[in-house]
Amino acid sequence: MMGSLRDLAPIVLVISFFQLAVLQQPLPDFIGLVIGLVFVVLGLTFFIFGLEMGLFPIGESMARAFARKGSVVWLLIFAFALGFGTTVAEPALIAVADEAATVASVGGMIADDEAARSSYANGLRFTVAFSVGLAIVLGVLRILKGWSIQYMIIAGYIMVVVMTGFAPREIIGIAYDSGGVTTSTITVPLVTALGVGLASSIEGRNPMIDGFGLIAFASLTPMIFVMAYGMVI
Amino acid sequence: MELLSSLLAITLSTIKDVIPIAVIIFGFQIFVIRRPIHNLRRVLTGFVYVIIGLALFLLGLEKALFPIGRLMAEQLTNPDFLREWSTGGPNDVLRWQDYYWVYIFAFAIGASTTIAEPSLIAVAIKANEVSGGTISVWGLRLAVALGVAIGISLGTWRIVTGYPIHWFIISGYVVVVLQTLKAPKMIVPLAYDSGGVTTSTVTVPLVAALGLGLAETVPGRSALIDGFGLIAFASLFPIITVMGYAQLTGWLADRVKRKQQQAEESLPQS
Repeated sequence: MMGSLRDLAPIVLVISFFQLAVLQQPLPDFIGLVIGLVFVVLGLTFFIFGLEMGLFPIGESMARAFARKGSVVWLLIFAFALGFGTTVAEPALIAVADEAATVASVGGMIADDEAARSSYANGLRFTVAFSVGLAIVLGVLRILKGWSIQYMIIAGYIMVVVMTGFAPREIIGIAYDSGGVTTSTITVPLVTALGVGLASSIEGRNPMIDGFGLIAFASLTPMIFVMAYGMVI
Repeated sequence: MELLSSLLAITLSTIKDVIPIAVIIFGFQIFVIRRPIHNLRRVLTGFVYVIIGLALFLLGLEKALFPIGRLMAEQLTNPDFLREWSTGGPNDVLRWQDYYWVYIFAFAIGASTTIAEPSLIAVAIKANEVSGGTISVWGLRLAVALGVAIGISLGTWRIVTGYPIHWFIISGYVVVVLQTLKAPKMIVPLAYDSGGVTTSTVTVPLVAALGLGLAETVPGRSALIDGFGLIAFASLFPIITVMGYAQLTGWLADRVKRKQQQAEESLPQS
């Protein structure tokens, strides 16, 4: 509770300073602001509580169960399902896909009507969800095989740079942004626990070096796939 | 009453977000792993807490912070406001320097929203646990917050000046690659991860409002093309600052060790 209050204090300070000192306007609806802040503090407290009780343990116990079972195929299917399933319904992604469809229709890449836009947005959403699924599969494979992360990420960067040269200009900003919006607040703890759980139950893997990195893949592949989508459509 | 109904609506939409995740987890647990979940009741209670927590959190943001944050982003990017603080004459064209309040606001809001970002808290807790305390929760969170702050203020400067986004991103990549060669091995995967976790519930809506507001008011920018890209900046720079943080703490620890060694060596002579 105190922790959540402290987490929130900087935002309150920044907003008050800019409102009072720079914009020189009173805070609108002070009571509403205080009530809202109470909700945010309560919410953050509950979330962290639930994280340690539910999300972390289930992620790690599943990782351990898969490692014991020894079935790589099922583990990879699970990894894909987790990546795809959590991304396809992500509200932030839906919002970005709609924006992208608007950009594409203004830019003349697709017809300027409702149907073309919605099919473009849906196609983009499934592309990104697929790329996140693929990213988690790649990341899990890396943990299993013990590949070192930097070469894979650097290869990914090189692909991003090369694709940037060929992708339509309008799509580049959205593609770069899509890497950041795919990983939601519930996915991140689950995927992190999965990675750390796997790395600590496989012999010869270090949870610090091998356990992290899944999120990194999940934020890199969407950039590549969205640019590819922009080039194909 | 109105508050209650919006709380209900937000709770329902949070549950809708969690359903696919729950189906995947419990489906695999039941059909593939075929083993009862250890402490099932505790885990389920945890899920319920996460849902309640996120719903309250989002409702609070929606009620309190987002409206005022968006309003501020609009006001700060308003040319009339900028002209008041500008050193140039009232009819001069605004130069990029005149937007300094925007850069400061971008820096401050980037840092402060990142501190409150729940997924970053989750990763920091895990990293602290796994590293056996070597990586402190606050150290990581502050390093990431600094990265987001630098990223977003640089991103707003880019929107004002209109330089192409890929120049920045590609040079950022070069720095990341160079740092990867030098940074302690332990931190590299975590640093890469911290790029992706920074931007979710709190940061994205506020930052998007700032980007769109700027792109709409700066002459010659299109909101559709130039309004994007701030999130990309906010996901790249934390990688650099987290590795930098590890390099700095490593270097300081080395220096202390070397000093101690020197002190021990000089001891017998005296």
